[in-house]
Parts: sequence; C-alpha cells; structure tokens
Amino acid sequence: MQPILQTKQLCHTYSSGTPFEHTALDRVDFRIERGEFLGIIGHTGSGKSTLIRHLNALLRPSAGQVLLDGEDIWKDKAFTRQARFRVGLVFQYPEYQLFEETVYKDIAFGPKNMGLEAREVDRRVREALGFVGLGEELLEKSPFDLSGGQKRRVAIAGVIAMEPEVLILDEPTAGLDPAGCEAILENIRAFQRSKGAAVVMVSHSMEEVAANVRRLVVMDHGRIFADGSPTEVFARAEELRAIGLTIPQVTEVFRRLRALGLDLPAVYTTGQAKAAILARRGAGTC
Amino acid sequence: MLKDITLGQFFPGTTIVHRLDPRTKLILLVVYIVALFTAKGFLSYGAVLAFLVLAVGLSRIPVKTLMKSLKPLLIVIAITGLLNLFYTEGRVLARFWVFQITVEGIIAAFLMVLRISMLVAGTFLLTYTTSPIALTDGLELLMGPLKKLRVPVHELSMMMCIALRFIPTLTEETDKIISAQKARGADFETGNLLRRGKALLPILVPLFISAFRRADELATAMECRCYHGGEGRTRLRQPRYLMHDFLALALGLLLLAGVITLRLLGL
Repeated sequence: MQPILQTKQLCHTYSSGTPFEHTALDRVDFRIERGEFLGIIGHTGSGKSTLIRHLNALLRPSAGQVLLDGEDIWKDKAFTRQARFRVGLVFQYPEYQLFEETVYKDIAFGPKNMGLEAREVDRRVREALGFVGLGEELLEKSPFDLSGGQKRRVAIAGVIAMEPEVLILDEPTAGLDPAGCEAILENIRAFQRSKGAAVVMVSHSMEEVAANVRRLVVMDHGRIFADGSPTEVFARAEELRAIGLTIPQVTEVFRRLRALGLDLPAVYTTGQAKAAILARRGAGTC
Repeated sequence: MLKDITLGQFFPGTTIVHRLDPRTKLILLVVYIVALFTAKGFLSYGAVLAFLVLAVGLSRIPVKTLMKSLKPLLIVIAITGLLNLFYTEGRVLARFWVFQITVEGIIAAFLMVLRISMLVAGTFLLTYTTSPIALTDGLELLMGPLKKLRVPVHELSMMMCIALRFIPTLTEETDKIISAQKARGADFETGNLLRRGKALLPILVPLFISAFRRADELATAMECRCYHGGEGRTRLRQPRYLMHDFLALALGLLLLAGVITLRLLGL
C-alpha cells in the first residue's frame, strides 16, 4: 500500500546565496505508513524540525518532493491547504500559540478554518478535549488562566480537532513533569488508536521514544542516519554515540551484561528489562 | 521572509573600520550625512562617494551584502528618481502625454538616487561593523552632556540596546507563531483589508503575550544582578580614542570642509 506521506530526495537550504547559507536537509528519502507510530530522533540542528515543517507544507523544498497520498504536496494551492489539515503539526511549546478568549474558540480555530459546519466543529472540539483528558468545564475559561500542562493540552487539542491523518508532535513533553509527560503520551496513544492516524513524535529523549514507537528514524546533519525498529537502531550504539546520541540506559546496561557473557535479550524499556530478568529467574540460571 | 530583515545586523570582524571607537563612527556618520546633503555638483558627490568606497573597502563588507540592504527601499528610491526625472524644469529632451524629460531632470534624478543609496549604505555600514552594544555605548557617551539637562541618557541607551538585542529573538518568535497558526489553517493571504487585519490577531496576541513575558523575565534577571540604572555604573570595556580614531575624524572633517568649499565656490 502507498505510504500516507513520503519524501523523495528532499533538500532544504536556508539563506541560500548568503554567507549564512546552511543545508538543513540533504536528499532525504523517508516515508510514513498509515496508522504507524514513528519516532524521529536527532540532536539539535540535525534537521528534524526542518523535516517536519516540510511534511505539512510550511516550507517549500529547495529540491525534491513531498508526496501526500502519492500526490505532490505543492501540486496546487488548494491541495497545499488541504495538506495542512490532513497533516497536523504540533510545535514545540505549543501553549505559546494560544490566542482566543476561550478554550472552546481556540480549539475551534483549526476546524473553523477547514470550513466545517458549526455542529461538526462543536463535536470535534468536545471530542478533542476528551482526547487530551480535560473536562468540559474548562471550555468557557480563558486559555491564559490555565496551568502550563493544561495549556499544552489545549494546544494539542487544537490540532487533534482537525482530525489529521498524520499527527506530528515536536517534543510534546518538553518541560513537563514525569506525570504530565506520561499523561500526554497516553492521550496521544488514545487518539492514534481511536482514529487510526499515523503519529510522528520528534524527541531527543531515547527513553521516551523507545517506549512508544514501533519505528525509529535517527537524523544527523540533515540526513537519515538510521531507520528501523528500536532494537535495530539501538544495536548501533557505538555509531549513535559518535553522532552525539545515547541509547536508553537500560539498553546500555543489558548490552554490557551481554558483553560479560550473560545470555540476555536486547531491551529498551524498564518493563522489558523486568520481564527478561524474571524470565531468567524462572529458568533458574541466575 | 522575515529572515531577510537585516536591520541592526552585525558582521563581526577585525578590520580597522570594526576597531574604530563607536563614538568616532557615529560622529563620522553624522559628518558623512551632512556632507552628502551639502554636496551639489558631480565633484563633491564624487568626494563623498570616494569616502564611502574607502570605508566599505576597508571594512571588507561585501558590496553585494550592502546592495541587498537597499532592497527594501527600492520603491522609495525608484519613486524619488522618477519624480525628479519628470518634474524638473529645463531643456526638454523628450515629451510624451503629460510627461517631459529634461537634461536637468536626468541629472537631478541620478544625483537624488545616488544620494539616497549612499545615505542608506553609509548607515548600514555603521550597523554592519559595530556591535549593538558598542553602538549604544557610543551613543550614551556622546549624549553624556545631556545628563546635565536631566535627560535619562543611560536609560535611553539601555532601552535601545535591549530593543536591538530582541529584534532577532522576536523575529524568530513571530516566524514560529506564524508557522503554528498556518499549520492550523490560518490564511493571511486572501480576503479584503478587514479580513486580513483580523487574520493577524492569532499572531499578534501570542506575540504580545510572549513579549511581555520576556520583558518580565528580563527585568527579574537584571534585578537579580543588582541593576539599578546608570548611577555609578562602570564599563567592562573603557572606550579609548586611539591614533586611528583621530585620523579617521580628520579625514571626515576634511571631506566636509572640502564639500562646503566646493559648494561655496559654486562647483
């Protein structure tokens, strides 16, 4: 089946032709399948933010193409606009984009721009609010009276309400406490399950990504450095370290234990580690 | 789009133009502008242009970069040029419909375009070669005597310094907010004036809120470091006049004197 989103030899150069010229993306070939949960990792300046801005047509490629459902995202104006609705993008610290008088109006901004009827807008606002785990009593409040975590959820709801086929989140948990992080991740998983949307999560926390995604893409210097399941990617621990990334701590511990001769599987979450250790105890070899 | 704003941009360097005392450069700019507006004939324009070329050459700022700074003013320059071209009385060269082109018109238009371009280029050369901090320091020192008249010179220059410092930050912020609202389908390009004005609301509200938040944080940070205005404040870099400053000033005054003489002689 055709991937929902695909880039072909995508290149992007900032400030082309000036002393500040900088190549942010260099011939990137990359695809997102329908309904998958994908993680993108890379250190600061690796091109991940530039890449996701291309995925919903906020940036125009210097060369190459972005295909949505097999069609060029820049094919014509109407399609580009459609693409922005079909590929929802949640920026880093999205709470700073809130502007309306009430939470309701802010969440409704996207759906209204889509030209939906009032009843459909209303349904979507309420449903999106549910997905991010907020109560309807907040709807008539000013978004500026909410707590930081609540604001973040309202902002995410504003994108979810457009019911995108691909939801891209740039560091959705940055600056939140652990409980807040887990809650937001759970909200995102709930949205993915119920709508069957593809979710792309950009992060530099290996632990967070490893625990949530099936597929992991590592970026470095504007190129795709690795693309595969977390196990496949983390097997290249040395190379990852060379480009300034680390693998999850628990994966590293298990790798070293294996190097010492213990027969252990590759894991990347503490849950898996626990299961692996218990399995060995059950087998009576520890 | 917003990235093209070069106002207040600074290209670090170590050339003699970069190393001149900011006060020298500010005075030279004033002298240069006065000379530019005093100049009348080709000879005096040539002298001022030579001065600019010398400064640009010494600063190693690429001419291309300087030309780019003229771009936003292209329309103003073009209109001024055209008005001078068509509305100067004199020997008529060509005439069509209500327009006429005269020899004097061509000369006036050429000189006027040259004058505006040189004005802008000279000013940009100052900001390109002087860091905002040095610039505001220079302004503060130059305006020092006004303190006697109870003008809050230090506060004004601190405000200017902060404003310059935050131009890139706010530009980046605006870019980010525009992207975020575009991602939610905001449309800034179609509709009549009223609709477009309204479409700016989703950008302006978050931008103002974030500007106020930043101002608040900056004020706290400054207070934490015991900032309490200009009274008794010393500088990290005490600016000093060196030989090249005097030379540059002498050259500037020579230029001005020359241009005034040429004007008095009617050349």
